[in-house]
Amino acid sequence: MTATLSVRDLCVAIGAVNVLRGVSLEVEPGEVRGLVGESGAGKSMLGRAVLGLLPANATITSGSIAFEGRDLLGLRDAERRKLLGRRIALIPQDPMTSLNPVKRVGAQISVLLRHHLGLSKRAALARAAELLAEVAIREPARVLGLYPHEISGGMRQRVLIAMAFACDPGLVIADEPTTALDVTVQRQVLQLVERLRRSHGAAVLFVTHDLGVVAKICRTMTVLHAGRVLEEGETADVLARPRHPYTRALLAATPRADRPAEALRPVPPALIEQLWSEARRLDRVSAAGQP
Amino acid sequence: MTDVLLRTGGLSFAYPQRSGLFRRRILRDVIKRVDLAVPRGSVLGLVGESGSGKTTLGRLLVRLLEPTSGGIQFDGIEIGDLDEADMRPLRARIQMIFQDPQSSLNPRLRLGTTLTRPLSVHGRIKGRRQQRERAAALLDLVGLPADFADRYPHELSGGQRQRAGIARALALEPDFIVADEIVSGLDVSTQAHILLLLKELRARLGLTMVFISHDLSVVRVLCDDVAILQHGEVVEYGPVARVFSAPRHPYTQQLLAAIPLPDVEPGWLGEQPTVVSQQQGSAA
Repeated sequence: MTATLSVRDLCVAIGAVNVLRGVSLEVEPGEVRGLVGESGAGKSMLGRAVLGLLPANATITSGSIAFEGRDLLGLRDAERRKLLGRRIALIPQDPMTSLNPVKRVGAQISVLLRHHLGLSKRAALARAAELLAEVAIREPARVLGLYPHEISGGMRQRVLIAMAFACDPGLVIADEPTTALDVTVQRQVLQLVERLRRSHGAAVLFVTHDLGVVAKICRTMTVLHAGRVLEEGETADVLARPRHPYTRALLAATPRADRPAEALRPVPPALIEQLWSEARRLDRVSAAGQP
Repeated sequence: MTDVLLRTGGLSFAYPQRSGLFRRRILRDVIKRVDLAVPRGSVLGLVGESGSGKTTLGRLLVRLLEPTSGGIQFDGIEIGDLDEADMRPLRARIQMIFQDPQSSLNPRLRLGTTLTRPLSVHGRIKGRRQQRERAAALLDLVGLPADFADRYPHELSGGQRQRAGIARALALEPDFIVADEIVSGLDVSTQAHILLLLKELRARLGLTMVFISHDLSVVRVLCDDVAILQHGEVVEYGPVARVFSAPRHPYTQQLLAAIPLPDVEPGWLGEQPTVVSQQQGSAA
């Protein structure tokens, strides 16, 4: 079986600074993989590299990214545009800034359907209403006629989820889609992502810093630090029996509502320092290896 | 009887809003008859989702806002209706730590100046040497090296900035601190350090605190009591151990059930997602 996403030894640098240091990762069809790390780990950068949306000053120095067996890095822009939004979709982090404020919700969803699936205007709007119903929005036909500022943040995030799954993508990259939400809304959003992923048959790469979210929605997980994969495996195994000291430290530093306070232990600064010095050593080795 | 440092009775706050065809002024209730009692040396967690009024309540407690009705007694003094001049001597004893230290530390001042300016304003220190000594002592208190006094806020990491924000609040040796979402933007590893720092400072300095957060897990680490706020009302209030193990109000139960604990739990996503209409998209 061809993997939906296959990233091999990916190295990305911003200017002279390495942000990804040889990351390899696979996502099988229908798999939900959590990509976990703290800020600066490179998890969002990996998501953006797959989407071809790296910042202008970032360069892929080595490695490959393949989607359903096709090399993504060698694609021409026109081919890439056919893929993005259709076969590879994004659920962005910030529902407040990710919709066009001067276009109605209906127009923003139907433009996707018309562009990628060639639907007529009328058919696209009808399909858009179905999609809104799928993300449990009441009176979808009426919501299509509203502007983003007329709906709440939770509902905007639902619209973005509907848009991500609109063209039945093979892979959805969810970039911290619940970080800005309250816990009760977060739970609803996670339930929706799970439901749409099942009904549309997509694989999901779920980028998050929250081990709790990973535990609830991801079957597999990859732990990233300083642009390196430190540990990966089935979520149940990694959380129950973490092998890498960093994963263990992260778990011990996560406050839990079900346990008294004494259990909390911060990540030892010496461990972080050691991981960074390992990363810098890698940088020196790869720099020495360059012609 | 326990020694209560801060007590509120029927504390309410409404702000005027213009509405309708004639833009009539109406009052919108944000905080509704809140009764709290914070014993000296204890930490009260104030929990609610966005729009619950938790930040407004926090700003009332430090009298950045004036209550519409009801009272606030601080150390036996009624401060709910004090004007700014009468509040001034109490300001040193009541401090606030803000969510975003990036915007609450003056970007154009070195940390040393930010930390010692309140002391100069209140006439507690004189001269450069005293200033340097106090800055170093404050930085040491929050686990930062003394030479950070010469740095600007932008030269610090998120965790270091939050430590500096705490040091600033501690400069005047207050007995009461309101901390508003001070660990919510931080990574897990940094967050745990800050939480443990607050625990240690509380024990060392005998601080009384109100700790505002949307995150019940964090509240459990630090607080003795917890008040759950929904639409400006306290719906549940009690010792942390009791509220977490046997929540009585349905909203508290809902909040606790929605926290994703880092354990695999197959049924967690099983329920049907709630249907939202336009008005209540983000409401619980």
